[in-house]
Amino acid sequence: MRAGRIGLPMMLPALVFLCGFLVYPVLSTAINSLYHDSPVTGREYCGLDNYGRLLQDEQALRTVEFTFIFALSSVALEMVAGVLIALAINRVITGKGFIRAAVILPWAVPTVVAAVMWKYVFNDQYGILNYALFGDSLEMYRAWLARPVTARLAIIAADVWKASSFVALIALAGLQSVPRELLEAARIDGAKAVKRFFFVTLPLIRPALLVALLFRVMDAFRVFDLVYVMTQGAPAEKTSVMQYFGYLKMFPEQQYGYGSAVSVLVFLVIALLSVALVRTMGRRAVAK
Amino acid sequence: MRGLGKGVAVLAVLLFCLGPALWILVTSLKSPGLVDDRPPSLLPDLQLDSYRIALARRGFLRSIGNSLVVAGAATVLTVAMASLAAYPLSRMRRGWRGPVLGLVLAASMFPQISIAGAVYRMLMGMGLLNTHIGLVLPYTGLMLPLAIWMLTSFFSRLPRELEEAAMVDGCGPWTIVWRIFAPVAAPAVFTTAILVFIYSWNEFFFALLVMTDPVMQTVPVAIAKFPGQYRVPWGELSAAAILAVLPLTVMVLLLQRRIVSGLTAGTTKG
Repeated sequence: MRAGRIGLPMMLPALVFLCGFLVYPVLSTAINSLYHDSPVTGREYCGLDNYGRLLQDEQALRTVEFTFIFALSSVALEMVAGVLIALAINRVITGKGFIRAAVILPWAVPTVVAAVMWKYVFNDQYGILNYALFGDSLEMYRAWLARPVTARLAIIAADVWKASSFVALIALAGLQSVPRELLEAARIDGAKAVKRFFFVTLPLIRPALLVALLFRVMDAFRVFDLVYVMTQGAPAEKTSVMQYFGYLKMFPEQQYGYGSAVSVLVFLVIALLSVALVRTMGRRAVAK
Repeated sequence: MRGLGKGVAVLAVLLFCLGPALWILVTSLKSPGLVDDRPPSLLPDLQLDSYRIALARRGFLRSIGNSLVVAGAATVLTVAMASLAAYPLSRMRRGWRGPVLGLVLAASMFPQISIAGAVYRMLMGMGLLNTHIGLVLPYTGLMLPLAIWMLTSFFSRLPRELEEAAMVDGCGPWTIVWRIFAPVAAPAVFTTAILVFIYSWNEFFFALLVMTDPVMQTVPVAIAKFPGQYRVPWGELSAAAILAVLPLTVMVLLLQRRIVSGLTAGTTKG
């Protein structure tokens, strides 16, 4: 390696920082998960007690369940919506800059702000959704965020709005690298638009889409901001997610030991997923 | 006919992307009385009361200042360290680069909660809760992996011939890095800085933990904790949301090309 002599010193500051703020905290959390540690109990070694409790904590298991429902359904919708957006705006010439800026906007908006916007859209009294559906019949207005199913759908909708644009931007970059001649040739051979998409375009943008998928899956499992702002887990913890549950245990409830066990679980779920995903599809992208 | 279909599709995309933001913009421009109208009125009466209240009574300007300081400092620190680390990584043999980058990518996916408890106690021990630096440090730790990943992907596309020529001419390694490589790498570094800034500006989880004092709140915390005791002041909240998004919107309009190239770094062949 040409830069060998200075390679290590150059990497050192970042390495030190990563150890201090990522590696050490994760290890420390893992160790703390083996202790009873709260203002009530004091600090006391307890082996795997916290994990035993976690596996029997129905509330915890329900948050894991909804986290999976949320992540899988929102990412699936985002991939489809993202590709559709990219197809719609690809090769548009008039207003290209404005359209692209509009598509970036949801991605650039802070998640907290996106959550506020959607909370307002679904608002029971002033929400535009109620107005769009029921107009002046105020007695028909529904409290979307107060019912389990619609509250869950609302959070998914907010995420789909915000993250589809990320997928769209990556898909668009992929689309622009598809050689026109190929599509033209397929057209001359009589392939219809749908067929051209599935047999020419899609295989070519697949690597880019896989990277987008990887990023989205990992991000969706870490959802926190949307839940904190839109529902705080309500109604009846039906919209609580793993990170929100861990936050509740660790900070407001100050159950540091149990909260650490929850954190380790969240970490393991995401780590296993990311290893599995990187192994199956990320390698190609990384190797480039 | 095809042109028409395309136009409808583009309009649908615009409506999808801008719709919710427009509704908040409309709400922010209503006078307080009009905000409470039921059913909601679709047109604002173009009053700026909500902005005035959000800025004056709720100290929202201070939150914007906090966000600027924290996101700015975190960006500088992150990008400086990431650039240093990414250069040798980008010049590494291919067989090594894959696994190292895989690790870096995995690190960028750490859930915040898995480090939150320990980082919180660390910051508390150092007396850094409710300080700007107390948020800059964890942000730098969180953003570093992503910045290293992006910069390595950018740098490895830059030609090595210049550096090789300089080496043949007898330049030392540091001279090569600073005099030969840095000028070529500047655009990539700038692009990465934009993205790190946006991510830091938007980060909520750690800001919520570290900045418990209202005076120190960053923009996302101020907005999330905005609601009053019994009813949400939607007009003021909308105005605050618009103010929070304004700097980003300007950045997006001016720098969209760079933002897209940063987001897609490592996803397509350069």
